[in-house]
Amino acid sequence: MRSPAARIGMLLLALMLTALLGRSVWQLSMLEPASDLPRQLQDKLAASGVEHPVTAVLLNFRSYDTLLEIAVLVIAAMAGISMARTRSLEDPELRTSDTLLRALLRWLVPLMLLLAGYLLWAGADRPGGAFQAGAMLAATGVLMRLTGLPLDFLRPGILLRIGLVLGFALFLLVGLASAIAGDVFLAYPREFVKGLILSIETLLTLSIGMILLALFVAAPVNDASEPEEGEK
Amino acid sequence: MSTPLLYALTGAVLWGIGLMGLIGLRHLLRKLLALNLIGSATFLILVGLAQHHNGPDPVPQALVLTGIVVSIAATALGVVLIRRYFHLTGRTELESEVPEAGRDEEGHSG
Repeated sequence: MRSPAARIGMLLLALMLTALLGRSVWQLSMLEPASDLPRQLQDKLAASGVEHPVTAVLLNFRSYDTLLEIAVLVIAAMAGISMARTRSLEDPELRTSDTLLRALLRWLVPLMLLLAGYLLWAGADRPGGAFQAGAMLAATGVLMRLTGLPLDFLRPGILLRIGLVLGFALFLLVGLASAIAGDVFLAYPREFVKGLILSIETLLTLSIGMILLALFVAAPVNDASEPEEGEK
Repeated sequence: MSTPLLYALTGAVLWGIGLMGLIGLRHLLRKLLALNLIGSATFLILVGLAQHHNGPDPVPQALVLTGIVVSIAATALGVVLIRRYFHLTGRTELESEVPEAGRDEEGHSG
């Protein structure tokens, strides 16, 4: 246990830092903004290939962020999978044969997949997009896993690896292709903008879904089947 | 004082709570949750401040969306690491810097 003095000191420190942050927020809110970003965005929206401003920012104007984000996700998934010591990420012990659950899933899984597809498509002109659709896909996978449907593709083999890096790979490829063609890195050629964004988003959805699912599946370490350190 | 500004200030308060949890709590899962709270508070500040100035602003919103996905992945990775740590050492807390007397230091560490 910590001494009471140390606890009070920590409390005071946290309070002071919070007050500092609150004061900074307050002062920032008093300043006049230097530029009018939403209006600039509205002016350029037609050139982006999609109609929804958030999607336009994510996949066109600031696609750098999204590229780095998917890179972070891939790294997290790789680290997560390497922590899991089971040979297959699918755990046969979790399989159930509950008929009611199976019957419910038969309805739910196609609906959730359909919803993921809708979210992906809706991203072009209303809230939605690759991340929401990917999260939906991952949720479908989590549900399937928890009810014990076989998920053979989660074996840490070639298929899983390809699935994990597919979105990142295509994104990087598009960025590099435009750089090699003499344009800026990640600048889409104007005539294919819509198709490019759509295909990147589709593969991103797939990859994000698989990454999140792989991280979820990698978490439980089964005590019984755990090999000792150093043993392969 | 507008509503978005209220959100931003709430974010500052949440940040403080998260910080207190991060440095005050011992259990690793609680620390992870506190870290998540700090992340959410940051998102709230970002979106709230930008809305206060410009009305709904898609740029910080997209930034926050990116941040949310990254924080989910980071949290999941954190949970995986904590599981592994627990499995290897049998502890749910980090070792304290001052070794406590009489503490059982067994457990098959790798």
